Amino acid sequence: MRSQSNDSLLSRMDWPLFICTVLISLLGVLNLYSATSVFKGAVSERWLSQLYWLLGSGVVGAIVCAIDYRHIERYGYVIYGVGMFTLVLVFVFARDVRGTARWIELGAFRFQPSEFTKLGLVVALAKYLHDDPKNEGRGLKDLIVPAIITGIPFALIMKQPDLGTASVHAFIFLTIAALTKLRTRSALTFLGSATVAVWFLWSFLLLGYQKNRIEVFLDPESDLLGKGWHAYQSRIAIGNGGLFGQGYLKGTQNQFNFIGEQSTDFTFPVYAEEWGFAGSLVLLGLYMFLSLWAIRIASQARDRFGAVLSVGCAAMIFWHTIINVSMTCGLMPVVGVPLPLFSYGGSSVSNNMLALALLMSVSLRRNVVRPERF
Amino acid sequence: MSLFAQRTDTSEFRKRFRWIAVFMALSFVGVLIRLFQLQAVEFDENHAIALGNIVRKTPLATTRGVIRDRNGKVLARNRASYNLYVTPKKLDMTTTWPKLAEYVGIQQEERIRLEERLARSRADQEANKKDQQILLKEDISRDALGIIRDHATELPGVEVVPTPVRYYPYGDVGAHVLGYMAEVDSDRLPKLRSAGYVEGDRIGASGIEREWENFLRGTRGWERILVDSRGKKRSIDAAPEVVTDSKTEPIPGRDLRLTIDADLQKAADKAMRSEFAGGVAVVEVRTGRILALYSKPSYNPSDLSGASGKQVIRDAFKRIYSDPLKPALDKTVAGSYPPGSTFKPFTALAAMEKGLINPRMTINCHGFLQFGRGKPFGCSHVHGPTSLHRALAESCNVYFWTLVTEYGVEQDLIAEMGQRFGFGQRTGVGINAEVAGRMPTRAWMTLHNHGQYQRGFGLNAAIGQGATTVTVLQLALAYVALANGGTLYEPQLVRAVETSDGTIVQEFTPHVRRQIEITAENTRLIHEALNAGVNEEGGTARKARIEGVDMAGKTGTSQVGGHRVVRGEEAERMDYLKKDHAWFAGYSPTDAPEIAVVVLVEHGGVGGKHAAPVAFQVVAAWNEIEAKSKSTGEPKKPKPKPGVRQPVKRGGR
Repeated sequence: MRSQSNDSLLSRMDWPLFICTVLISLLGVLNLYSATSVFKGAVSERWLSQLYWLLGSGVVGAIVCAIDYRHIERYGYVIYGVGMFTLVLVFVFARDVRGTARWIELGAFRFQPSEFTKLGLVVALAKYLHDDPKNEGRGLKDLIVPAIITGIPFALIMKQPDLGTASVHAFIFLTIAALTKLRTRSALTFLGSATVAVWFLWSFLLLGYQKNRIEVFLDPESDLLGKGWHAYQSRIAIGNGGLFGQGYLKGTQNQFNFIGEQSTDFTFPVYAEEWGFAGSLVLLGLYMFLSLWAIRIASQARDRFGAVLSVGCAAMIFWHTIINVSMTCGLMPVVGVPLPLFSYGGSSVSNNMLALALLMSVSLRRNVVRPERF
Repeated sequence: MSLFAQRTDTSEFRKRFRWIAVFMALSFVGVLIRLFQLQAVEFDENHAIALGNIVRKTPLATTRGVIRDRNGKVLARNRASYNLYVTPKKLDMTTTWPKLAEYVGIQQEERIRLEERLARSRADQEANKKDQQILLKEDISRDALGIIRDHATELPGVEVVPTPVRYYPYGDVGAHVLGYMAEVDSDRLPKLRSAGYVEGDRIGASGIEREWENFLRGTRGWERILVDSRGKKRSIDAAPEVVTDSKTEPIPGRDLRLTIDADLQKAADKAMRSEFAGGVAVVEVRTGRILALYSKPSYNPSDLSGASGKQVIRDAFKRIYSDPLKPALDKTVAGSYPPGSTFKPFTALAAMEKGLINPRMTINCHGFLQFGRGKPFGCSHVHGPTSLHRALAESCNVYFWTLVTEYGVEQDLIAEMGQRFGFGQRTGVGINAEVAGRMPTRAWMTLHNHGQYQRGFGLNAAIGQGATTVTVLQLALAYVALANGGTLYEPQLVRAVETSDGTIVQEFTPHVRRQIEITAENTRLIHEALNAGVNEEGGTARKARIEGVDMAGKTGTSQVGGHRVVRGEEAERMDYLKKDHAWFAGYSPTDAPEIAVVVLVEHGGVGGKHAAPVAFQVVAAWNEIEAKSKSTGEPKKPKPKPGVRQPVKRGGR
């Protein structure tokens, strides 16, 4: 029976999800090679180590999607709890990088717990909504527990401080909340209070440098040599791509080091400069396809956990993509969010790979009796 | 039930999937629209900015032409000034800085000041980010440079950058002729920008440097280079397609060969060593070429031209403008003074050429002339019966006054002769804001004296006093004309324009302003009288004679016009300023004159005592220079182009 089910799992392989993932990963490695080609030493080999991370986490992902996600559902809160624990550990073992403490060092590895708590959050929210089925409309008090589940990692990450990752947590929560049958009045009340909360955040909780970034975003030319530098130069890099790009390895903004952080948060401008609007269209098309395909997987899920899990993973990839690209092209303040599978970083890559593995897991066990169209 | 059948009811989410999908799709479309705006609509602007980021058009410095004297001795050249820069961020204050201070020899006081500056610069975050360099010290010594080069590895963050600066090997000797260089000031910059000047450029500020700027300056080249975000230069190969038209070589400035003789200038300086202020001009009689043009007090143009830094420039200017003897003024062309008795030959010529006097007749000098009812006009002493010859040689004022009062030598006659010899007109030497001096006519005197012409004005004019003023160079050129029989030359300072390898681009031939009509007989009489003034018993310059120096000439002692009365501190200075100017004007040798010499000693007193000795020393030096060049072969002269007129061959000596 087990072998039979494995056979049928393989035969139910979600090729579009797989191919899309592989394409984005390969483009990412290719782009990373260009982004670090001007550097010497370890940095210039980031593309290779990114490839290792992709392959390694791909293998782990293959194992994860072979496991029935119902096991994950069973240990949902445990996974979440472990995530929260590592976040607390950050404050104990943190290494200070540019004034923020986000990393835990494990031997030669550095590992960023806040990357994984996103998945932990998704799992916990899925578990909660799985156990709380409702068909009538939901009120605000139905969102209290999910809000608390989200609030804990959000607050811990804000404390690091890491506005970008924290806000991704919030957006995941909002997306999943939008999935539930929230009553219109409750939704409005929620939005109203969220506005107040943001104001409160701005006035009392945000740190100077975080406010600065947002202020600079609102008027980037005001501070070209200071904080607006990355934002401005990455926008120029994107624009310099034109319709068809400057050509691979020929983006001058990248090659002459004007972008800054071009292997991590600002890797998209490198790509956009070299491949132009045509290339951007292809890449964003892939991300859009991935996001929508994930929603499709959710709609075909066999249970509530699978559906929420898929939407959560979709939301994570979607929000990372949108926030990252928006901040590089000047639609949003620079908050430091990586582009999934594209930006360099082991934690980010493995987290996204894990999310895709979960999607695959749900997809492999999708409901074929009633295929859902949306 | 199939293994993959629905397990729990997901219908709560059913309608929401679509909305989330629509929201996501719209978000992507929004981002794509923004990308389209940046990459398609605004591509040109963004591309231009991206190119501007990396392509820097940097100027390539040109070299200013060298100025040489007639024998090829360098009067002005360029040398490298080694300026010390540090990057505060990279400079280690505990290890590197004390070493650096020791190597460069920074004194305690300066060290404290510099440490403060470094600390300030460190505190400036923005400057640190860009690894900004600050200029620590200008023009460090060769020794310091050597030590720093040897210890370069121990001195991270320290850099020595050579910049070309103007250097004048002869220092303050002849500074007024050469001039100096100054940074282009912001007022003039807008006008000069079209000629290619930029901030920080140095431009000739006076003298030859200023007037021949266009020849000397050369043309700046430029180069397009690629730089990264830190301003570090990258090879063009990094992005060859973005740089076209990458380089234009600079064109070096033209060299100038002057008519000046550097050794003669030095000799003039030496001859003037006991005098405070004045000027010397030596001009070739047969060409009008200036061999020496010397003004005292002077200044060191190297200091003003920025070789040793801004502080040195400021100090030098402060010294110049606080000195009551006016070192900035070129006393040979930009200052005019009454010529005194050196003018008498021209009064004599005015009388003789009109046939108003017989040169052999005598006028009795009682030592004074009573004119009108005022104070009598005094002579130096009682000359007794005096001929023209003696009147010039012994400088009898009464003789010349009598010409005016009794022989009809009117003010206008004197003025006319003076003007023929170039007085009252600029010589056209072409440097240093030349003044014209004044050769007053009757009309001019009337106009400037409340419409009343008094005959006393004519008496003053006859002996070069009163309103008559001349420049040293004017007088020298007038004596050149006197010596050569009436050819008034345009003074010439620049002999030739050359390329840096010595090829002549343009050579300048002597230029005659006009031929003055005077009879040979009258010329001869004047020559004899001037000879007597130096060489005969009773001649005013006889006592100053140096054995073996063959010269004829005329002394002059000109009164300094009314000064306001001052008391106390300034009185001593006023005593000096009230003293007469001492003049000597002459030529050498007497038989076949080669050079004319004019010496002015400001407030020097009697001409025969103070100016004549200087002239003798200068001529003695000239004879020596000539003798030396004869023995070592002809002086190195620029190769003349065919067809260019050769300078007149000198007569025997």
